[in-house]
Amino acid sequence: MKGYGCIRSIVLAVSLALASGLVQADTIRVLNWQGYGTDEDWSLEKFEKATGNTVEHEYFNSEQEMLTKLRTNPGTYDVVLINSAYTRQAAEEGLIQPLDLADYPHSDGLQPRLAHNPNLEYDGKLYGVAWLWGVTSFAINTGAFDEKPNSIMELWNPEHAGRLGWRDDAVESCQFAALATGQDINDPSDYDVIRERLHALKPQIRTFWNSENEWNQYMSSGEFDLATYWSGSAARSKQNFGLPIEFVVPREGAIAWLDGLSLPTDVPHPEAAKQFIDWMIDPEFYVQWDTEVGAPISANEQAVAQLPDGAFNKQLIAQLKEVENLPFMGPMSDETREKMLEVWQETKTFYQE
Amino acid sequence: MAVSDTTTAPIRRHRPSNARSILGLTGPAYLWLVITILLPLAAMFYFSFLSDVPLPGRDWQVTLSNYTAFFQQDFYRTLMLRSLRLGFEVALWCFVIGFPCAYVLAKTIKGRWREALFLMVIIPFWSNALIRVFSWTMVLRGNGILERFLDWLIPGFGSLNLMFTYEAVVIGLVHSYLPYMILTCYISLSTIDDDLIDAARSMGASRLTVLRRIILPLSMPGIVAGAVLIFVPVIGSFMEPRILGGREGTFLGTVIEDQFTSVFNWPLGAALSFILLACVMVIFAVFQPILRRAS
Repeated sequence: MKGYGCIRSIVLAVSLALASGLVQADTIRVLNWQGYGTDEDWSLEKFEKATGNTVEHEYFNSEQEMLTKLRTNPGTYDVVLINSAYTRQAAEEGLIQPLDLADYPHSDGLQPRLAHNPNLEYDGKLYGVAWLWGVTSFAINTGAFDEKPNSIMELWNPEHAGRLGWRDDAVESCQFAALATGQDINDPSDYDVIRERLHALKPQIRTFWNSENEWNQYMSSGEFDLATYWSGSAARSKQNFGLPIEFVVPREGAIAWLDGLSLPTDVPHPEAAKQFIDWMIDPEFYVQWDTEVGAPISANEQAVAQLPDGAFNKQLIAQLKEVENLPFMGPMSDETREKMLEVWQETKTFYQE
Repeated sequence: MAVSDTTTAPIRRHRPSNARSILGLTGPAYLWLVITILLPLAAMFYFSFLSDVPLPGRDWQVTLSNYTAFFQQDFYRTLMLRSLRLGFEVALWCFVIGFPCAYVLAKTIKGRWREALFLMVIIPFWSNALIRVFSWTMVLRGNGILERFLDWLIPGFGSLNLMFTYEAVVIGLVHSYLPYMILTCYISLSTIDDDLIDAARSMGASRLTVLRRIILPLSMPGIVAGAVLIFVPVIGSFMEPRILGGREGTFLGTVIEDQFTSVFNWPLGAALSFILLACVMVIFAVFQPILRRAS
């Protein structure tokens, strides 16, 4: 008996050592916007406890910078956040690899129209796990309005001359004008009408904003009555910074966007990367993130359903159901993008005169 | 004969090692310049003639379209003039503010006070440019530090509305580049012999005449050097206009930055940069006689 006990303890010790050796602790590198969910400390601590893997971050400030980083540093990143308007381009350039939703247990809760959004697919294969979505529209300072507006034309209302905050972004500017004039936001047909709409904003715009932080500063110091904004950021500004704002989904529609998580082609730690992506679409993470920090709408329906009643995103989903037109930002040809930049730069020059 | 032999011989013997020491002393600097400035600049110049960034998977050919774009679109020219105007105005204000300051530092104040005052000129240089610009936003914005101060000084002063204007950009840039003007003017002013000024005064020249006929002409090299050091970076500036100029902050520099960062159109951005460079060279060529006389 004594000998058996000895062997048993040896076997136990060896198998424990083997098991701990099998659970490889990897350090994965995530490429994302700063402060966009993947880098929440509390979540990373839990992730490390659950899987043994640690997470490092690298940030980008524009989609182009993200693509440049992927192009110039192959084999560096494990998970990359790509807006679905760019997924096809990244796939086409061979920067990311096709993936199978079966590897992600929590993907069964994903809204089908998001999980298989054509923008996430290239050549019949899926290249991104739908993670978050939202709409770009505008938010109002409730102190400056008696009644919540419901039309996009409020941006051009002379009552708010010199009180409008606008994001200095060529594509978004042209898409607002396209939406207001009933055109395809990803490939407008009539740029003269768009130019005319953008020129008409000249008396309206107080200044340009470039980041959420800037937006909050301008709104809290009373520079804006209304400003273009992203739904996810509006939730944060309202819940965390206590700004007196309301997000408006106009009856003409809003610009919808979808962010996916992708695996770069030469992913150094594929298993840990897949675990992390699944962690991100887990309702448990989303509910805590949205409740404590504020987030865009999860692509996981079960996650949104688990939010407490009265939560910003639950209400937003209800509002979005009433809107007929919800075009998704899709891939855009370089020509369209360059044309939009040209129109926007020409418009900004017009603003100077 | 013997004397001349001993004096010339060592010189002749030293000549080859002189060349070697010149090479040894200047070589590293020029090698560094070639590697870090000329090579990337040459690559950018090459890019400016391409239709797309030469990366695998992208279709590109040699073209002049990036340069013709500048002439086809009116707004590029408007922005070019606007950037040049900004450069002139900032250099002018730096002179107006910096020259008297440099004069006082060079001619009136001596000893420890001069060091202390110099330090105050240079200290802003030690902080990051971005921080300096952001601190200006706190001063200039509505109900900011400046407006509150003026309101305290003159009750009911009202609002200045300086933030997000062309003037705000000029203020921020003048603050950033003023030390260049003060330092270059100080150097040329301190080489002016005080006896010259005393002599002129003793012969009855008024203070204004002394300034016009002696001090300004003799300090011209410093003024010109300062103006050039300021003018060139200002016309290409993009960070200050973006933060302080708001809706009125579009210049050629910001447009070039957009080409690089937001649409990945490096060729057009590079072409616009070289057009700007050409413009600067033309300006210097036109003003060459004046610049040469000044220095």
